[in-house]
Amino acid sequence: MVSGLASYLGLAAILFGIGAVGFVTRRNLLLQLMSIEIMLNATNLAFVAANRAYPEDLGGQVFAFFVIAVAAAEAAVGLAILIALYRLIKTVDSDKADQLRG
Amino acid sequence: MSTSGQLLFTLSAFVALVSAVVTITQRTPLRAAMSLLVHIIALAGLYLTLYAHLLSAMQLIVYAGAVVVLFVFVIMLIGPGSITSKGHLRLPTAKALGAAFVATGMGVVASQIGTVSIAFPSVRGCIEGQRMTQMGECGQFGGVEAMSKALYIDAAIPFELASVLLLVAIIGAIAVARGRSESAPAHPDPWAIPIQPRPAREAEPIVSQQGVQPR
Repeated sequence: MVSGLASYLGLAAILFGIGAVGFVTRRNLLLQLMSIEIMLNATNLAFVAANRAYPEDLGGQVFAFFVIAVAAAEAAVGLAILIALYRLIKTVDSDKADQLRG
Repeated sequence: MSTSGQLLFTLSAFVALVSAVVTITQRTPLRAAMSLLVHIIALAGLYLTLYAHLLSAMQLIVYAGAVVVLFVFVIMLIGPGSITSKGHLRLPTAKALGAAFVATGMGVVASQIGTVSIAFPSVRGCIEGQRMTQMGECGQFGGVEAMSKALYIDAAIPFELASVLLLVAIIGAIAVARGRSESAPAHPDPWAIPIQPRPAREAEPIVSQQGVQPR
């Protein structure tokens, strides 16, 4: 049985885990932002699959719509911060952004 | 789910998994962005198997059309500096800790998923194995009309708040990325407005009753 809700939720969990591993292991800020996008996409998949399992209304798809909007805003602001940081420290290595360290 | 739906699910899930792994393991950010594009297209295919047609199109438009292009713009703007030099992964201990943390969380999720054994119910008007274009009512679920009704009637206030959020994000992105430093950057921004040199100030700072005025 491939087509149940569990397979979609399992796929979403695995994708979220891949994104989380990428976020905690990579030092390149660009790659970390892409990992965040992968995680947000995984949550979107879980929302849409749950809506498919309970198709009385479209709450899950509407929620996924808002997640897409928030993810677009997050990508824009995150990349703007990345550009500002690159002007400051001339690298996109997130470990080099330690100006606040005493 | 029909056989073609099963095939699309299997193919899209495989492509999504492989491209996600490739995205987080690539050293070159541009290749990672291209892999992220493949991942997003695979997820749009997965949405199609879930009768979410409008969301599938929106995924392609917003993610593949805007977010990935924004990533590519930034990678091009930064240039070779976007590749972090030696040791693009963190220390092995940090890596092991992160992997253990994520594996713990995923194990909790997986242990709960085993209890979910819900087969998808049939959507109203949809007949398994029939082409989508031959069904009138089936296209309502997840289609433009139903999603519009759900958005503009049930979720009108969040929809308007999302527009405010996007406006704030636009203004914030411009304000953050414009840069305010007066020192000349090593790679001058060709579009930056040239900063006029300051007029020579008086030798004595302006002193008022409260003391030295801040600049």
